[in-house]
Amino acid sequence: MNTTLPEATELVERLLAGDRRALARAITRVENGGPVGEAILAQLYPRTGHAHIVGITGPPGAGKSTLVNALTKVFRERDKRVAIVAIDPTSPFSGGALLGDRIRMRDHTGDAGVFIRSMATRGSLGGLARATGDVVSVLDAAGFDLIFIETVGAGQVEVDIAREAHTTIVIEVPGLGDDVQSIKAGLLEIADIFVVNKADHPDATRVIRTLRMMLDLGHPRSAWNIPILPTVATRGEGVPEVADAIEAHRRYLEESGEWQTRVRLRAENEFERILRRELVARLRRRLPPGEYERTLDEITRRGIDPYTAAHRLLEG
Amino acid sequence: MSDNSLNNIRILIAKPGLDGHDRGAKVVARALRDAGFEVIYTGLRQTPEMIVESAIQEDVDAIGLSLLSGAHMTIFPRVRKLMDENGLEDVILFGGGIISESDAKILKEQYGVAGVFGPGTLMSTIIDFLKDELRKRGKLPPEETPAPENNDQAQEA
Ligand code: B12
Ligand SMILES: Nc1nc2c(ncn2[C@@H]2O[C@H](COP(=O)(O)OP(=O)(O)O)[C@@H](O)[C@H]2O)c(=O)[nH]1
Ligand SMILES: [Mg+2]
Repeated sequence: MNTTLPEATELVERLLAGDRRALARAITRVENGGPVGEAILAQLYPRTGHAHIVGITGPPGAGKSTLVNALTKVFRERDKRVAIVAIDPTSPFSGGALLGDRIRMRDHTGDAGVFIRSMATRGSLGGLARATGDVVSVLDAAGFDLIFIETVGAGQVEVDIAREAHTTIVIEVPGLGDDVQSIKAGLLEIADIFVVNKADHPDATRVIRTLRMMLDLGHPRSAWNIPILPTVATRGEGVPEVADAIEAHRRYLEESGEWQTRVRLRAENEFERILRRELVARLRRRLPPGEYERTLDEITRRGIDPYTAAHRLLEG
Repeated sequence: MSDNSLNNIRILIAKPGLDGHDRGAKVVARALRDAGFEVIYTGLRQTPEMIVESAIQEDVDAIGLSLLSGAHMTIFPRVRKLMDENGLEDVILFGGGIISESDAKILKEQYGVAGVFGPGTLMSTIIDFLKDELRKRGKLPPEETPAPENNDQAQEA
């Protein structure tokens, strides 16, 4: 692959020198895919691996954006450079998107230590955009200490975030009706930290109690004790404690060796995805013209089953 | 009606100043999404600094301001100045709200505001205007007909 495309090299040089426009443009190139994006990633990759990647998931309206905003404030006071990737869904009908997370992230204007980027899912499911990991890599190379990923929060369990982040925060809120039902089983497995936001709501203590019970019952013991932290994100209450927990979790990951495990898992995940896409693309290029479509027609007509068809294409 | 070629085009819609009339901005933001654009909506009470900084970080192709408060003759020039200082010459600046024809003329001629749209404007008018401006800047192909994508067919031909 050609890693010496002039546009890529220029953007990389400028972004490493702290040019925010170049950083933003590099993210666009990486997000849209293609040779310039790949060349940028190839040049930046050796510089990645320093940032602490923190995922935030939870139902819509739980206060994810508000909490990220408040956490950013706290980490700025602790002299950390913070980047935020906020993901919202692409409309399946138009392919367009309305990205509104910045509405709650307005307190950092003029601060060169903060960079916020909204991303649309562009057809991928699971709460993240396809290029999320690549965009995070660019921000990592640009020198941000902490990178927050805010997932879509569309209601289903968004487990992908746990593969992308070192630390996953799951937000729950009171007032979503039946509390026990709203805490989905899968979330227990991905949470490193639970936050019960909107603790100004009278039902908050009940949510905390329910969570505690579910954790005690259902969770395999490990050296990391999953904290359950109440916050009022709009007023910043409880937010320093969440920041402390994030830092403690990083220390735990490093001391236990879990950091390396998670990093390797993330790399494998990424590598496999790229390999799969590349292999399919290559196979399709090697097939005789029209063969792929003809096979698809045959499967549709029930003339052949998809397993046999796949073997035939791969071996024929 | 949506258009796939718009899916990677990003547009910032912002409400500057203390103006609380946000219906128009929301209507326009939603219509642009439904047309296939990626729209970043920043909400109320944005300063020109916040708007231009968001535009930089989001790497948008266009900035749309909604102004019904009468502050358009101070806001648009300040946003334009910050855009120039930050090298955003290639970004389309446009807007709408309660803006008189004579003010709109000055904004267009002196401050490079590409389009100004008042009450009752059809969404299709705004979408066609954007497509036109994007074509002028080479960010959309000149014609509506998309190039053939299928390599197999190209080889057969
Ligand atoms: C509804 C309304 C309100 C609502 C607003 C609710 C809300 N959340 O939006 C309330 C009751 C809160 C309100 C309050 C006030 N209002 Co009022 N309000 C109106 C009213 C009747 C309709 C506005 C509206 O929502 N229209 C529907 C939307 C869809 O249309 P639109 O905003 O015009 O948007 C269209 C176009 O302008 C354009 N457009 C708009 N934005 C953008 C952006 C882009 C990028 C593009 C491309 C296009 C575009 O496209 C849209 C679709 O066609 C207008 C009068 C009018 N007929 O316009 C007065 C009006 C805007 N209000 C006015 C005033 C004075 C006020 C108050 C100051 C009154 C007071 N003294 O308290 C307060 C101020 C509130 C504040 N904090 O800013 C004046 C403004 C006068 C001026 N600018 O010189 C108006 C014009 C009434 C008048 N004739 O005097 N108001
Ligand atoms: N009462 C209360 N409201 C909150 C709190 N945190 C956020 N909100 C409000 O909840 C709404 C949704 O917040 P947002 O951050 O956009 O949620 P997201 O969809 O999860 O990103 C907003 O109106 C916030 O102001 C909180 O701690 N208490
Ligand atoms: Mg949000």
